[in-house]
Amino acid sequence: MIKIKAKNVDVFYGKKQALYNIGLDIEENQVTALIGPSGCGKSTFLRCLNRMNDVIDICRVKGEILINDFNINDKSCDVVRLREKIGMVFQKPNPFPKTLYENVSYGPTIHGMAQSKQEMDEIVETSLKKAALWEEVKDRLHEPGTGLSGGQQQRLCIARAISVRPEVILMDEPCSALDPIATAQIEELIDELKKEHTIIIVTHSMAQAARVSQNTGFFHLGHLIEHGSTDKIFKNPDNTKTQDYITGRFG
Amino acid sequence: MNKSKEQLLNKRYKAEQRFRLYGLSAIFMALLFLTIFIFKIFSTGYSAFQKTWLIVPVTFDAELMMLEQNPSNEDLQDADYYDIALKSMADLDPNANEDQENELKRMVSYFFEKEIKNELLNNPGLIGKTKEVYLTASDDLDQVFKGNYPRDLPEDQRRVSDYQLKIFDQLVAKGKVESKFNISFFTYADSREPELAGIASSFMGSIFSILVCLMIAFPVAVLAAIYLEEFAPKNRFTDFIEVNINNLAAVPSIVFGLLGLGVLLAIFHLPRSTPLVGGITLSLMTLPTIIIAARASLKAVPPSIREAALAMGASRMQTTMHHTVPLSMPGTLSGTIIGLAQALGETAPLILIGMVAFVNTIPGSPMDPAASLPVQIYIWAESAERGFVEKVSACIMVLLGFLIIMNLFAQIIRHKFEKKWS
Repeated sequence: MIKIKAKNVDVFYGKKQALYNIGLDIEENQVTALIGPSGCGKSTFLRCLNRMNDVIDICRVKGEILINDFNINDKSCDVVRLREKIGMVFQKPNPFPKTLYENVSYGPTIHGMAQSKQEMDEIVETSLKKAALWEEVKDRLHEPGTGLSGGQQQRLCIARAISVRPEVILMDEPCSALDPIATAQIEELIDELKKEHTIIIVTHSMAQAARVSQNTGFFHLGHLIEHGSTDKIFKNPDNTKTQDYITGRFG
Repeated sequence: MNKSKEQLLNKRYKAEQRFRLYGLSAIFMALLFLTIFIFKIFSTGYSAFQKTWLIVPVTFDAELMMLEQNPSNEDLQDADYYDIALKSMADLDPNANEDQENELKRMVSYFFEKEIKNELLNNPGLIGKTKEVYLTASDDLDQVFKGNYPRDLPEDQRRVSDYQLKIFDQLVAKGKVESKFNISFFTYADSREPELAGIASSFMGSIFSILVCLMIAFPVAVLAAIYLEEFAPKNRFTDFIEVNINNLAAVPSIVFGLLGLGVLLAIFHLPRSTPLVGGITLSLMTLPTIIIAARASLKAVPPSIREAALAMGASRMQTTMHHTVPLSMPGTLSGTIIGLAQALGETAPLILIGMVAFVNTIPGSPMDPAASLPVQIYIWAESAERGFVEKVSACIMVLLGFLIIMNLFAQIIRHKFEKKWS
């Protein structure tokens, strides 16, 4: 099943064009990895999917992005509702400087998802459990989230993202600030999460893309060079640029 | 080759040593000036916290006071104390002629009648009896007792006569002159007589002005800063506004005073000389300071926090109110306090809106006429009486204390509540 369909997406920062005519289909309940050298536009594309580029004044997005057959670039699209459905995890762990509990309950609170304290407690517990963090922090839910280690912080951010039960989770190099052990934990987690969520992950590490994803898109200088199943991209790419990048000849 | 490299290295070390020396001497100079300044103020001002009293026996003669038998409290209020007050002063020298009696009267403040009255009101049983009463010494004798008065000047160049000095010395010899902590400096309003002048009016005036200033400047400045930083599009127009806010911060304060005079007093007819007008004028001055501080602390909130909130589906308003603004508050508040401290020390605009008027009542609200601490310093510094010299320094000490406490408070808020971003 196709969850997200991007058609003819162009992105401009001021006069500079950052993405050229991107067309990409993303499968439901699978992990799609976006790879490519720095500055190739993969993060920009990711941020198109939950309209985070709106925050940047000079950024303009053209083209259609259909999520559940609804164009999110349409004027009638409500950004707040969209971002409730599309969660995001950032490169650097960015928990709110509040308690763990407040971090996870923030989304459900602003979207009115819990009627009582009990319900909220449940949401917080399930989210933290799904993020494989519950056992480590259950005794200190009311301590500040910024006191955790980097890997724990990132899992807290994942718990925060899944607390509103999004259909899609966008991950922008979620492991680049983490050590190998924390990275392994997050990768395991991604594998678990894809049962309920569609995941799109931007990564610099080709090994990571190969490990966690079912589909891969390769970006270069603002163009989507090639996309397809991860197996095919890594073992038998059609394009020589992809081949060169995968084998480490540039990037 | 090697040698010249070594020379170069030596040169660099020497340059650094010289530079450190310059820095150290600059700090030393600054500290030296500060020490001289503080020493001068304290050495002149500390004596203002002491007040000289003459202990004079007063006979509460019912007849002289025009009191009937068993007077009621009201009778005591209405009684005539002037005659017994005069008499008790005249009795200090039984042989005094009329001129000398007049001089004796001038050895105490003109409050002496009131002080004697209070004594009796506190203790009505004194009627018909004699009691030693503490009377405020005149400002000149106060200075004589504190050793600040040039006694050796020829008599015609002094305000204190030889006769007064003689009687005073006799009183001192008998132990009838005492120095006590000067409570009235804090509880009395301004007066033309230094011995009766206090800072209560100007202190309250300053407090009211600062409160009015805070209530106007803080909300306006914070809203302006939030709008400019979080919502306004970045274009030429907002750049222009930003430049102008920065310019506003550099406008001389007297210009704001003229604005207060021309607009608040002349057009809106707000009551002259009041902390209300003073506070509004000062708030114009404080506004840019707070806006700049608030914008700086909003800018210091990492964008990743905004992104995190936005990505959770928070609206821009929610992101700002739930995350950015609370995180920026410590910086904003300490900037506000520093702005208020500046306003507290401001004199020129207040003089223009009439807060320089002589006010001998303590204001009960921002609508009552009042002075303010810095203006009080200015008023006293202008006065000729010797007794005001120490009062000026004492008032400066109070103002400095006030400012130091405020700045300390700003520091504490900044250090205690500001989040550290790893």
